[in-house]
Amino acid sequence: MLTVYAGDYVVSEWGPARDRGDVEASAAATAVSPRLLPRILLEGERTEADVVFGLNTDVTKQARESGLFAPHNVDLSPLTLPIDWSDDVFLPYNYGHTAFIYNTERLAEPPESFDALLEAPDDLKIVIQDPRSSISGLATVLWVQSVYGDGAEAAWEKLAPKILTVTKGWSESYGLFTDGEADMVMSYTTSPAYHIIAEEDRTKKAAIFPEGHYFMVELAAKVASTDQPELADQFLAFTLSEPFQEMIATGNWSFPAALPREQWPEGFKELALPEEVLFYSEDEAAALRDEAVEAWRRALSR
Amino acid sequence: MASRAVALSRGSAAAWLAGLAVAALTLGPVAAVLVRAGGWGDLGPGDWQALRFTLLQALASAGASVALAVPVARALARRRFRGRGALVALMGAPFILPVIVAVLGLIAVFGQNGLANAALRALGLPEMTIYGIHGVILAHVFFNLPLAVRLLLQGWLAIPAERFRLTASLGLSPWAMFRVLEAPMLLRIAPGAFAVIFVICLSSFAVALTLGGGPRATTVELAIYQAVRFDFDLGRAALLSVIQLALALTAGLVALRLGAGSGFGAGLDRVARRWDGRGRLARLADGLWIVLAAGFLLTPLAMVALRGLPGLTAMGPGTWEAALNSVTVALISTALCIAWALPLATRGGELVGLAGIALSPLVLGTGLFLIVRPYANPFALALPVTMVVNALVALPFALRILRPEAEAVRADYGRLALALGLTRMAWLRLVFLPRLRRPLGFAAGLTAALSMGDLGVIALFADPDRATLPLQVYRLMGSYQMQAAAGAALLLLLLSFGAFWIFDRGGRVNADA
Repeated sequence: MLTVYAGDYVVSEWGPARDRGDVEASAAATAVSPRLLPRILLEGERTEADVVFGLNTDVTKQARESGLFAPHNVDLSPLTLPIDWSDDVFLPYNYGHTAFIYNTERLAEPPESFDALLEAPDDLKIVIQDPRSSISGLATVLWVQSVYGDGAEAAWEKLAPKILTVTKGWSESYGLFTDGEADMVMSYTTSPAYHIIAEEDRTKKAAIFPEGHYFMVELAAKVASTDQPELADQFLAFTLSEPFQEMIATGNWSFPAALPREQWPEGFKELALPEEVLFYSEDEAAALRDEAVEAWRRALSR
Repeated sequence: MASRAVALSRGSAAAWLAGLAVAALTLGPVAAVLVRAGGWGDLGPGDWQALRFTLLQALASAGASVALAVPVARALARRRFRGRGALVALMGAPFILPVIVAVLGLIAVFGQNGLANAALRALGLPEMTIYGIHGVILAHVFFNLPLAVRLLLQGWLAIPAERFRLTASLGLSPWAMFRVLEAPMLLRIAPGAFAVIFVICLSSFAVALTLGGGPRATTVELAIYQAVRFDFDLGRAALLSVIQLALALTAGLVALRLGAGSGFGAGLDRVARRWDGRGRLARLADGLWIVLAAGFLLTPLAMVALRGLPGLTAMGPGTWEAALNSVTVALISTALCIAWALPLATRGGELVGLAGIALSPLVLGTGLFLIVRPYANPFALALPVTMVVNALVALPFALRILRPEAEAVRADYGRLALALGLTRMAWLRLVFLPRLRRPLGFAAGLTAALSMGDLGVIALFADPDRATLPLQVYRLMGSYQMQAAAGAALLLLLLSFGAFWIFDRGGRVNADA
């Protein structure tokens, strides 16, 4: 029996795969994903987890330094990520990019670039997430940082009057957007896929900016203290296999990390992809994080 | 005999036990977090600003809730009309809604695209925005006005009918009657209502952020969340939560001091008839207050219901399972909370009880997790821990409701019981519990509803196979299923309200109120 700690939404989705006998393990347990790492850190080496599923790059440095995770031993050559990935501890299984989502019926001509968004009239209202309580919120701040560098605070100041509100997590923001409260919502390039596939609704689109979009990836890792190292390895290898990768796109509404575009589900093939993908290594992100969040806070507190 | 009389009035072994249990369940987790952190952390530059904002919004929110509750409760206390009982019960519903659902309901009314702005546009008036500190206060009033109204209304209903007869036969003017009967009651009840609402607003997080419009509306609870979630700085989280706890207990102490004073003495339990407020102006004013309050509280609820209806069929079997779990949790939490509250329904007990809502849910959850983890798998304990924590969190409300009446019963009938030599059991069975029936029903209803809707603490313990309904709402939202989430939220509203209604009704049998 393999114990997997996973981001909440994932667990219900791998049920079918398990029933097909793709994984010879019974996965137990979950935690709401923002608390996944704190939970492991609290448990330390006494944790019962063999595999952790659903970490984001914002915590990999802390997770790595805790010494609680072991190399995954999985061949990375099947990866189809838009960036190079050679991490031997954290294994990607799906990805997306930060993007503002809009409704074509409400906003016929969305801003064509990040600059255009900053210069847009102030009655264009957007909702974003707080970088101090949300992963997508932190990615937004790093996105602005990577596009504008030292000018990030000035960029946030220009954006401030357009920000209708800031929410604790992604769900609240997205709920406000689908209720028609705002013109655009900070979300992911993959969000329109849900509306296309589940609702046959093609009015939700991601605004693609030439300045680039920040890369967001979800990761699995093997816990060093596992008493089931072989099962854990099997499980991790399985996450990059075709059956799992074909399922994860619609399970998690993200791009599969190891599946060529031709094999993506239909709705995903329609999605607009950014030309330029921005990403900070965990060391760069750790060095920039506090200042980037502080710049955001200062600019929006005026 | 003498020792029994002391036991009746001043607290007993049961009271000590109940008080110690609260202390252990609140200070224990803080201590566990502190031990794990290896000491207190430091406050950051943003923390002082967060503290100031937290205090400011909590004071304003509690002040506005109680101030507005006075005319509304007075109007409800002296008017009789068809559907009054249902209206009073329905108006209590916002208090028991999960935060995210209530916020979306409020936004459907007051948001950019809401009913209020649609009406303003139609009239050619400038639009309003809900985002800002006024939105935070509006939302807190929406949540807490029902509680304040109910607490004050209870105070009005506890004035014996004989007193109103007396003022009427003495021919006192409405103003004189207000001074001799109503003002003293308000002075006794309002500070406690203010304190308990102030403490709830202290730990506000999602409401303050979503409606506050950005980082200007940062609260201490958000700083705690950040410390645990991002920095894993448990020392700082512990320090912030102790500051929050100290603020809450200070508020409690001040309220206790202000709210001292005795009740009205015993009456014959006649239905209170009022001879005041018969003038046209008074009737108009009362009617206006009732209509305004009902409109303010019920319109967002109606929007929640409307949004939820289409989603009821899209929820999936997981939601029904979660609903069953929630009902079980709520019933057991309610029994636990009432058993806990009865011995604590004293001045000191109420102060101790405040700790349950004053402690940051995140620190409480983390601390309990640290304590439980060495002995058991937290997943196996998810529901039992939820039950205990729900009872703990509902305790201050139960005590606020029970304490004034419990003290009055002890003062009014204690000597009689002593003279008759009633045993402890006989006292409970024949006097104490029957006389507390109305507040007991209200307290049990509130606890059941709160336990149905509460999520706060259990995230670390959350078990995929034993989700509760609020968790299910968040899950559905988190996977884009907004319509199903709205359906599940409506189900949650119906269940919470149903539980509240049944208990509250049970407490009001034979009462014309």
